[in-house]
Amino acid sequence: MLQLSSIAKNFGGLLVLQNINLTVPERGIFGLIGPNGAGKTTVFNLITGLLAPTSGTVEFRGQPLNGLAPHRITRCGIARTFQNIRVFKEMTLAENVLVAIGRQDRYGAMDVLWPSARLRAAQQLERSEAKALLAKVGLADKAAILAGTLSYGEQRRLEIARALATTPKLLLLDEPAAGMNGAEKQQLMEEIVKLEESGLSILIIEHDMRFVMGLCRQITVLNFGRLIAQGTPEEIRANPAVVESYLGEESAEDGARVQGWS
Amino acid sequence: MFNPLLETPVILCPQHAAENIGFKVQKFKVCVQSSASCDTAHTSYFHHIGMEWLETFWATYSTLVLSIGTNVLLALSIYLTLACGLLTVANAAFMGIGAYTAALLSLQSSLPFHLSLLLGALLPAAVALLLGPPTLRLSGVYLAMATLAFGEIVRIFLLNAEGLTGGALGLNGIPQHSQWFDVALALSGALYVLLRFAGSQIGRTMAAICQDETATELMGLNVRAYKLFAFVLGAGLAGLAGGLNAHFTFFISPNEYGFDRGVEILAMGVLGGTGSPWGAVIGGVLITLLPEMLRGLGDYRPLINGLILIIIIIYSPKGIWDLTRYLHRRAAVD
Repeated sequence: MLQLSSIAKNFGGLLVLQNINLTVPERGIFGLIGPNGAGKTTVFNLITGLLAPTSGTVEFRGQPLNGLAPHRITRCGIARTFQNIRVFKEMTLAENVLVAIGRQDRYGAMDVLWPSARLRAAQQLERSEAKALLAKVGLADKAAILAGTLSYGEQRRLEIARALATTPKLLLLDEPAAGMNGAEKQQLMEEIVKLEESGLSILIIEHDMRFVMGLCRQITVLNFGRLIAQGTPEEIRANPAVVESYLGEESAEDGARVQGWS
Repeated sequence: MFNPLLETPVILCPQHAAENIGFKVQKFKVCVQSSASCDTAHTSYFHHIGMEWLETFWATYSTLVLSIGTNVLLALSIYLTLACGLLTVANAAFMGIGAYTAALLSLQSSLPFHLSLLLGALLPAAVALLLGPPTLRLSGVYLAMATLAFGEIVRIFLLNAEGLTGGALGLNGIPQHSQWFDVALALSGALYVLLRFAGSQIGRTMAAICQDETATELMGLNVRAYKLFAFVLGAGLAGLAGGLNAHFTFFISPNEYGFDRGVEILAMGVLGGTGSPWGAVIGGVLITLLPEMLRGLGDYRPLINGLILIIIIIYSPKGIWDLTRYLHRRAAVD
């Protein structure tokens, strides 16, 4: 579904990513992990068009994405959330979601100028869609409050609802569980599984190993801009290079005992 | 028939206003007593006094009232870009382009007035369409600098293209075509359209761009197109305001469309608030009336003027409109 082929990204002399090959198949939950500064978010920025790769190609369902503006890539069916939360804080939750829903051009500028029955029907439909999306992430009862007043974890879930409003086929989640407590994480895992069951491909960047290992079918590991391992959670857990990248050389031998890895 | 207003000094200072009212009431009683014999005479008398009052009022204040109209149009023009989070200060220049275009057409061609006005709105919009793509890539203070520079270019062009614009002497004897209904129609039309926009996907997207451009873009929305739309429409509105304004002030010169005017327009937008087109209406009206209200203060006027602005910015940084917003806020999902 998504294919990155020999991607490299330099910021001046800094080689942020080198020779990254990554495939995300249709359906399923996939993980992208690695220590801080490994280049994970840069991969998301390259996929969504916020950055252009120095070399290499990104293809989505057979279509090359290189050079496409970010909004066009979103319209192709890729949506994402952000590591540093970017909800529209001064809008209500419903408005946040409506920004993304309203893009679908159910009515034109003329309908806006003259309130027609068509416009009212379309807007009514949008509002009920917004409600349904908020319900999906468990925020339906907060639809009318300002997004800035939500807790960290709730803002992350709102970002997911907003991403879903663009009707994606591939969802990129950048540290969705950061700042959540155990119960919230558990709930989020269940929600993500449900999204996958509804037919989405999901690629997750996450530091919480229990979260990643519990959800993902396949995991890719980055370190210093290079892809160092790829495989099932079991394979990754047993991979000495991965353990070393996280815990250092000495710990690698008994790394499996460290919490979260076993 | 006497007219109380004619006999009183026209001062809008509160203290004097109270005196004026007292004065009028006194005179009124005398009149009513003297003509109380017949009911019909009574009504026609009041009718007459009303008409005359209006005529006198209009003779004194027509320029002020029309200025309120065109200034609110200018405030709406900058509301459009401010609502997208764009700090552009080219609106004075667009107003100048519109004013000169419409005035020159009135002076040197036989085009109907309304067609001249339309062209005075279309030319600055076309200029904005060319200026927008390169400048709107900038943001914050850099965008302000670029648009400021554009404003200076326009002013200096108007100053130096003497053969066309009359240079520093300006254009004199512009026919006074702008009637109150022209201004009222332009204003209510613009306000209606912008209010409809504000309550729709367009307004929501503009607010989203203002809060987080990247996130908006990744919602699949063409941020650049929305910005350009706001910029071009704003330029058209500013040009329309300029054309209308030139046709009741009789005289225009390049310096009217310089930095000072740019800042004044910006102040209207910021003071009223960019949360709604109504904010621009409040800002435009206040910035026009404030100097008149404070006329009694003489030389201290700019001082108090500035003080009021500072107080409002401190206590309601999102403009006056924001004070009322929490009362009006309706949930998008009921």
